[in-house]
Parts: sequence; structure tokens; C-alpha cells
Amino acid sequence: MAERSFKAEVEHLRKGESDVFTGEGILAITKALLENGVGYVGGYQGAPISHLMDVLADAEELMAELGVRFEANASEAAAAAMLAASVHYPIRGAVTFKGPVGVNVASDALANLSSSGVTGGALVIVGEDYGEGSSIMQERSHGFAMKSQFWMLDPRPNLPSITKAVKDGFELSEASNTPVMLTVRIRSCHVTGSFATRDNQRPPLTVAEAVANPRSDFNRVVLPPMSYLHEQDKVKNRWPAAEKFITENGLNEVFGPDEASLGIVLQGGMYNTVIRALQRLGLADLYGETEVPLYVLNVTYPIVRDEFDAFCEGKSHVLVVEEGQPDHIEQQLASYLYRAGRSVKLHGKDVLPMAGEYTGQIMLDGLTTFLKEAAPALLPGNVRAPNAEAPEIPDLSQTVPIRPPGFCTGCPERPIFAGMKLVEQELGKHQITGDIGCHLFACLPPFEIGGSTMGYGLGPASNAAFDGGGERRAISILGDGGFWHNGLSSSIGNMVFNKSDSVAVIVDNYYSAATGGQDVLSSRAQNDSKSTNNPIRAALEGVGVKWIRQIDNTYDVGRVRDTLKEALTTEYAGPKVIVMSSECMLNRQRREKPQRAAAIREGRRVDVPRFGVDADVCTGDHACIRLSGCPSLSLKKLDDPLRDDPVAHIDQTCVGCGNCGEVADAAVLCPSFYRADIVHNPGRFEMWRAGIRMKFIHWLQARRDRIRLRMDSAA
Amino acid sequence: MRPPAAPGVGLDGIIKLAVMAVGGQGGGVLTSWIESVARAQGYACQATSVAGVAQRTGATIYYIEMAPEGSRQPVFALAPAAGDVDILIASEMMEVGRAVLRGFVTPDRTTLIGSTHRALAVSEKVVPGDGIAKAEEVRAAAEVAAQRLILADMDRLAVERGSVISASLFGALAGSSALPFSRDAFEDAIRRSGKGVEASLRAFAAGHDAATGAVPEKGCIVATDPEPTAARLPVEGDHLAVGEADTDGMIGPDALLSDWRALRDRAAVFPVEVSEMALAGLRKVVNFQDCAYGGLYLDRLERVLICDEEARGWKLSLNAAKYIANAMAYDDIIRVADLKTRAPRRSRIEREMGLGDDQVMQVTEYFHPRAEEIAGLLPARWGRRLEANPRAMARTERWFGRVRRLRTDTFPAFTLLHFLGGLKKYRLRTRRHEVETLHLHDWLDRSLARSASDYDLAVEMIKCRRLIKGYSDTHARGLAKFDTVVNAVDLVEGREDAAQWIARLREAALQDSDGIALEGALRTVRSFAGTPEAP
Repeated sequence: MAERSFKAEVEHLRKGESDVFTGEGILAITKALLENGVGYVGGYQGAPISHLMDVLADAEELMAELGVRFEANASEAAAAAMLAASVHYPIRGAVTFKGPVGVNVASDALANLSSSGVTGGALVIVGEDYGEGSSIMQERSHGFAMKSQFWMLDPRPNLPSITKAVKDGFELSEASNTPVMLTVRIRSCHVTGSFATRDNQRPPLTVAEAVANPRSDFNRVVLPPMSYLHEQDKVKNRWPAAEKFITENGLNEVFGPDEASLGIVLQGGMYNTVIRALQRLGLADLYGETEVPLYVLNVTYPIVRDEFDAFCEGKSHVLVVEEGQPDHIEQQLASYLYRAGRSVKLHGKDVLPMAGEYTGQIMLDGLTTFLKEAAPALLPGNVRAPNAEAPEIPDLSQTVPIRPPGFCTGCPERPIFAGMKLVEQELGKHQITGDIGCHLFACLPPFEIGGSTMGYGLGPASNAAFDGGGERRAISILGDGGFWHNGLSSSIGNMVFNKSDSVAVIVDNYYSAATGGQDVLSSRAQNDSKSTNNPIRAALEGVGVKWIRQIDNTYDVGRVRDTLKEALTTEYAGPKVIVMSSECMLNRQRREKPQRAAAIREGRRVDVPRFGVDADVCTGDHACIRLSGCPSLSLKKLDDPLRDDPVAHIDQTCVGCGNCGEVADAAVLCPSFYRADIVHNPGRFEMWRAGIRMKFIHWLQARRDRIRLRMDSAA
Repeated sequence: MRPPAAPGVGLDGIIKLAVMAVGGQGGGVLTSWIESVARAQGYACQATSVAGVAQRTGATIYYIEMAPEGSRQPVFALAPAAGDVDILIASEMMEVGRAVLRGFVTPDRTTLIGSTHRALAVSEKVVPGDGIAKAEEVRAAAEVAAQRLILADMDRLAVERGSVISASLFGALAGSSALPFSRDAFEDAIRRSGKGVEASLRAFAAGHDAATGAVPEKGCIVATDPEPTAARLPVEGDHLAVGEADTDGMIGPDALLSDWRALRDRAAVFPVEVSEMALAGLRKVVNFQDCAYGGLYLDRLERVLICDEEARGWKLSLNAAKYIANAMAYDDIIRVADLKTRAPRRSRIEREMGLGDDQVMQVTEYFHPRAEEIAGLLPARWGRRLEANPRAMARTERWFGRVRRLRTDTFPAFTLLHFLGGLKKYRLRTRRHEVETLHLHDWLDRSLARSASDYDLAVEMIKCRRLIKGYSDTHARGLAKFDTVVNAVDLVEGREDAAQWIARLREAALQDSDGIALEGALRTVRSFAGTPEAP
């Protein structure tokens, strides 16, 4: 089960005609899919569209009522490949994944799909993970649309526009026999708002009906000579059809006065940021009424030349607002202007930065620079000549520490990397590669384990150059999500086939945890609609791995350390794979906390562990923290003039995972840690026994206190 | 009844509000409450957030805009812009700093509501010395940057009422009157959410009270609930009638207390700059051992005082008072066993864990003694002989050097530790005591030998004792660093800036555990001292 449940919200998806939906963008997209008679949906989770997958999974019942098939695809490639159903059948299909990494993975299927062309509307909803809060390399998905010739929508970031884009996308796809990519940015996915709903539509042809009446047509297969015809078809028929549809249906929007000497061409997703900058310059009101003409590209590919030409009519300066690089749109528009021999001055990356997110301040600065040149009279006086000096605010850049993401409190991956660090302390530094997933946090302090990440499921593959072994074997990390996504074939199969003399560690936390705790094949949970409980070990044996070690309790740091050492030093020359399994603590707490609370309420015996540190015993060297980094293991300054350095301290958010004690043992740290177990609802015998024990202990303590001096506050 | 619109409400009534939080703090809940109250009060409202990996304990921003509902839909921004935020809520002190640093807090408009508590970043915690960021600098900057500033330990206000920080921050937002909604409207939003309502409302009230103490103009309020004071359970034999001031924090039987008073009176005649630290040190060593040992501490300190003078501000003695006490109260098995079996310790844990009357508490200790600790516990001569024999050490490691998990709420484990903790008389004959005493003399002699020629250098050498801490490997590394720095005295001695260099080396040694910064600093010293690289 995913980290966040949308069961309650999913009920809003049943809303019909003349009703209003209020909520998150992700849910609005789902509702729009149902309103537009989608026949099948799928995708692969990843920020920022993880919740879309969660919503779809939680809405499975409703979709089944409508005859809509939902697949939690094995990867983005699998999701894109599923759209093949729309090649021969007039069925609308939609898949979702993150961009551009998910688009990278899907690109093979997307290219083939684009060549074949589609009969039913095919929509790829991409959560573009770009800018603040992104967890991946900063690139754009735009280039994929250009090279494969599919269309790209980038609607204005509000719920009515996003839901309309779903409808437009399907229709555009069908009108031009071309798949359509709908991009939503990080914050658009989670933007809240309202839109007027319509009734959900049952697809005219369901996948169940289609599979009962199969079709095929070799003209749609990507094989010569048909593939040559596909290329011509794209340019001669599909592209013009798309432009016609875009123009006739007004997919792009123009705002502001008809007559002006300047204008702004912008991606739909940039609209709110542009309006805000204009509002701050006094050139637009709260509702977006603007004094500067705007040409809003809700379709960012293809660019309709006639529309652009018309917009430029009578203007001397036009600014292109296009986030990220390369500046595909600006180049395209510049070439249109040049070929037409027009003298309109085109601005873009000269006043706005080539790279990086267009934040509010950057947009304001860029627009100000543009307006200073294009129409200085429009700018308010204080912008043209600022008079008031802002007060000097002390610089905190050296004070405030960075706070990158890291392992959660009680994370079962922490002890794995503590164990690895101990091995490295003993055997020296090793060549280590990471993968995609929470375990990549290990490359940050305090562990600093692993130096690269090449893609999902590619951890061991990215160590392939070192497969020949050597004095110190290379180690690679792979998560369970990555293992099932791509790792089994690309990484493990690669190791087996090439007789790799290196070590792979598979971190199995029972979920695709980094993306929000979705189930994968090896998840231990019972899932009514998916097949879980397929062990990783069995898959490893199936592809021919002979040396496998399974650790079912990653908190046993000593065992983690010893098993790794064994893998690094064994005589066995083939691939060595260690599966380290313990449940993601975030999901475990979410699952167990209510159960535990209920058990305590019902009077059953419950043991709740938590760790603590004896401040008097701790010497403040922080060695334990350098092997942990747990948010609940922190520091405390003592009110003692004799102590210079803060001591370790465990706060009440500790979940009692046991890592602290294990690390203190395995690394021979110090005896200041203790574990306190509070037993709720103990039995009568247990209470009696505890009472006797405490009496005895008090007697011993009192006896000693009669004959010695001690500090009033000690211990 | 609605309070009048607060300052900062801008053009057309639009209000821009950002929440800067640490992933996992409940920023999402706070955001949904704010949205809920705004919509219920007839406002159009839009919220955005970034979910995903960035939220796993990392810094994250939630952003909300609202404006009175009209016939048309306002165009709201999706992210905060520098200089354009009306209300900023920061759920941790360094996030307050980050908000100021990013320009989201400006004197013309921003109401800044922040929690003063700290959730330390990893980079602050891994430093072997004190790497904690300076909250005072953040506070000073926030006072300049904010139009209105409300700071309080929102985390404690919430936790003490069985809730989480999102509720107390929501209360503070209501109390700040920065949003034109009544308190009831805020509370209704909590009730509508339907989860943990009572606890949330208690924390909400606490946050509200903390904020309403705020001065309407520029100003700063800080909730100053005192730390809950520990109620110590009386133990038989305590002389509770004797006032604490009379015994300066020590308790015990009458006869011993009179010995203690005599010691205390000896320390009381020390120069006023030194006496307070000396008393703290004295308490520590008597607590560690006994009054005779306390006498020895004062003897040693008096030896330092003879080399010291008032004109120097008694710096040498002040530091000696601190570090001699730390050196004399070394961390041996006996001390750890003693501290782990004292009555107040159990009470403290019971309190921290919130043990109820109908519950039972089990306490597990994690020990991992090595051969070195076993040898240290032997009589000096035996211990010396064992340490000199690697094979015997290896055997001892095999026999004893393993993980010991002791349940100190049970008879056998408690009795064992109680027995070990009572070996104080014997302690003075152990190998560990011999080693520690030799080390202490060597360090003190070497430092005091410089007191006449280079007083500041002697002070810095005394302070180097700070480097020795931890157990096992960490202790060994600390000792090695101590030796490195103290031996570097030979390189710089005679220079005018010798003391500064030793101080610099010591600070470098505290920066990282592997001694990389120290090695770098040492290379610099060697370069001007004309000495080749270390052998």
C-alpha cells in the first residue's frame, strides 16, 4: 500500500455534471481522464507524479465499474509500450511517469509508437521534475517530442486549464494520429484549486471488447518499407493535421491588448510566474488582465507558425519565456522570423538565464530588463529609478547549514551503510556505485558511500568495467524498486553473463520506498489486485546467481559487516549478491502505529522500545553520529562548565529501531546508549516481578548511598 | 467577529504565505488547515508543495496564496518570490535563517513566525567538537529582516501537549492576526480535519498564547517556559534538611559531608575567577571517587596557582581547574558501572520515557569491553604485564571482548554493575589509574614548565586536554591527536605566536574525526618551522 492513501478523495471522482471539484492537480487529472472516456491507464511512479499512480490505484474499483483497465507498469518503458493498444484500436489510453528520466527509459517505446501512429487518443502525462525540489539531473523532455514527432502540451497551471488539456490532448492525438505528451511541472502536480466537473464516460470500446475482436495491419509495423512511409506521413499529414486542430480549437491563448509594440511568448506552465511579475510591475491585475500582450503556448510542440506570425504583427519587441535549456522554442521562433525577413527584435535567453528554474525573482528581473529596452514608459517610476535603499540584512550564508534529504528516523538502510563504513574502516576504501532510491542518500555525509548513479536499476551495471575483479572488489548498490524495474536483466543478468567478480548489495525495504511506498513484486504485503511476495532471491537463482546471502534483519550491523567482508574476501570468483531486507520504517510505522494504539487500548501487552543516551557517560566525540545521521540522534549542550562539547541525545521521535545499540556494539563505540522498553498492560506476574526487582535495586542503592558522597544531580 | 485586516495584506487583498519546514514535520497538515480556514472564510485559495524524495528529512517549502472570492478566478503564483511574502512560517530555527537568507523575509511586509527549537543538520552533528550553528546570528538577522517577529519553541509547546509542531504553528498564525480570520475559524479547520483534534487544539492554544504576547510593532517575543525540573526521589540516608546551598550540590552522610565542607572551604579562598570552576571540578572528582581524591585535585590545582598570577587573569588556573578535573574523572568501567546503577538515573529514564504507574520498564545496556579495558581494571603490575604480552591480550579479547547486553532492571546484571561501580577504593591500584595519573603528570609538567617563558602557550597546552574523549578507537584517536598537538609545541616554541598556533591546531583537530584538518594545519606549521614532513 502506498505511503499516502487517496481512498477518501477518490469518492470525489464520481462527481458529475454541474458539480465542482476542489483538490489537488493530480486528482483533477484523474477525473479528467474518466470524463474523457479513457479505456486504459498505467504508468510508473516517481516524483512529481507518484501520487497520480497512487490515486489511480486507489480508484481501481471505480475504473473497473467503467470498464477501464489499470496497470501498475513494471517501468516507464512498459507503460509507454502499453499505448500500443491505441495503434490499432480506437481506444483512448493514458500513461504517466516522471520526466525526463522516465521519458529516457520510455523513449524506445515512444519512438516506435510515434512511428506507427495511433488510432485512439494516446496521452503520456509527464511530471517534469525540474527546478527546486527536483531529485534528478536538470534536463527537459522537450527534445524527445522533437526527435520522435509527438506533440507536447504545457498547460497553464490551474485546474480548469490542466483538465482541459487532458481533453484537448486526446482529441489532438486522434485528429493527427500522433501520441501527445502532457507535461505538468512539480508544483502544478500538487497545486490545489477547483474546476467544474462533467459525468464520467464509459469508453465506447473497452479493452475487454477489443481483445475479443482482435485487429492487425502490417502497415503500422515499424519495418521497412513501412517505416519510411511513417516518416513521410509524420511530416506530410500528421503535422499539418495537428496544426490545423490547434488553430481551429484555440489550444493556444492570447491575452492582453490587440495593439502593442511588444509582446511575450511563453510556455503555458510559465503563465502564473509571468503574470505575477507583471502584477508586481503594476502591468497586470489580480485576475490576469494584462497590459502586455501574451501569447500562451499551451502546445509547446509543434509551434504553429501562422499563429506566431499573427502575434508578431505590429510588434517591435517579442520576449520568449522558455524555462530550461536548450532554448528549443526560441531557436524555432528565431528561424521563423529570419526566414520571413522580419525586423522584430527577439529576446529570450539574453534577458533571462539560459539554465535554471525561472523563479519569481528571476522572472521579475528578466521582464524588467526586457521592458526597460522595449517599453520603458510602461515601467513604474520606482523601478526605473529606485530611491529607497533597503536595510542591510545580515548575511547568513555562512551560518545556515544545508539540509539535503536523508534517511528517515529508524530507516533500515542506515545500519547497512554503517556496516559498510565499518568494513571500509577495516579493509580500506572501495569502488562503490549507487543506484536510484533512498539508498542513494548514503553518498552524502555521514556515510559518503558511493560515487555515482547512472540510472534506475543500473547500479551493478555501472560497475561493469570493474567486473574483472582485483585486489579490492567493486561494490554496487541496488534497491528492490530498481531491481524489478530494470536491474534484474541490465545489472544482475549482466553480472552473471560476464562472470563478474564483484559484489552487489540489494537493499530490499519491501516497497518502492523513495517514490512513496508503492508495492513491487517482492513486497511482503497482501495486495488484492497485484501479485506480491515474489522473493528477490528466487529471481536471482533463476538468472543463475550462485553466491547469494540473505539478511532478514538489516539492523544486525555485525552480521551486515561480516557478510560484506565475506563477499569481499571469498575465494569464489563469480558474482556475489547480498540481499538485505527490512521493512521501510516510514511505511512500517504507518502500518503498525494504529495497530499498536489499538492493542494498548484493548489492554493487550505491548512492548514499546526507545533508545537513550546517558549524558554523563557520553564524552561528546560524536563517533556514533558519524555512523548514523539519524534525525532522532542529535546533540544537546549540557549546563556544565566542565564540558566543552555537546553530548549525544536521543529525542522522543526515536522509534527504537536498534541501530544505535548495534552500532555501539559493532564499532565498539561507548557504553552510553541504553534501550528502555516500556511494557504497556503487563501481566500480574510481570508487575509483581518488576516490583520485587525494584525493591532489591533500591535496597542496594540506599545501602551504598549511606556511605558515600555524591552529586545531587548526578546520573 | 473579524479582527481588522493586518498589515502586509497587499494589493486587492491577496495574501502570500510560505511555510518552510523540514520533511516529516507535518507541513502538509499545516498547509491543508490554512487552506481550509481560508476557503471557509470566503477566500479563493491555492496551495502548492513539493512531494517526493526532497521531503525525506530535507528542507522543503509549502506555499499558499489567497484572496477574497470574487466572480473571477485570481491568478496565483506557485512558489514564493524574494521580497514578496506576507507571512512566513518557519518550523525550525535554521529554517528561519534559510527564509531570511533566501530573501523571503523583508522589513516592508513580512510577519515571520518561527520555532526556536533545533533539528540539527547532519553537518552540524558529525563534527567531533562543537559544530552547532549559531542561532543568535539567525535571531539577530530575523529581527532586522522581519516586519513582525514571533519566535517561540513551538516544538516544545506542541510536544508537551501531546501534539506536533504544525498545531502550535497554526495557533501562532491565528494569534499573530496576520490573517483576517477569527480564532474560532482557525479552530474549526482543525475540527473539520477530524484527526487528533483535542491534542491539536491544546497545542493550537499554546501557540496562540505565545503569539499574542507579541508587540504590535517590530519586536520579538520568546516563550520562556522553564525546562521541566527534575523531581529527585529521596533516598534513605539523604539529609534533606540540609539546604543545598550549604553543601554546594553534594549529598551524603553527615560525616562525609563535613569532609566535603572542608574541601569546599579550601576552594573558596581561591581567586574569584577560579573558585567557581574549581568547585565544579571538585564536585566532579569527589563524585567520581571520594574526598581524599578531591583533596588531591586541590593540591594539583594549588600547584598551578603558584605558577599563575592575577595580572594574567588567572587564565592558567581557570583552565587547569576544568581540565584537571576532567583528567582525574576518567571514563573507566567502574565509573560507567557506577553511573548506570545510581537511583536518580533510573528515575530520569522513567521520566523521559513517560513511564506510567501501570507499566513496567526494562532497561538494556550496551557494553563491549575490550582486552584494553580488562587490563586496565587489573592491579597495575598485572595489567602492565598483560598489556606487554600480545598473545595474552588476544586471549583476553577472545574471552571477554564481546558484546554484553545487560538488563539492569534484573538482579544479576544490576548486581554485577553495582559491584563494579563500588570498586572505588580498589580503583586507585588499577593499571588504568596508573596510566591516567602518569599522563596527567606529564601533561601538567610540560604545560607548567612553559608558564614562566610563554604563559599563553602554557594555557593553550592545558586546553589541549579537550582532545581526549570517547572510548576505545575514538579514545585512541583522541590521544593521538593530543600527542600530535602537544608535540607540535617543540616546533613553535619561542615564536611570538606560538600560543595561537597551538590553539589553531587544537581547533583543527576538532573539525573532523580522521585528523585531515589537523594534518593540513600541521603541514603549515612545519613549513615555517623549517622541519621536514613527519617521519
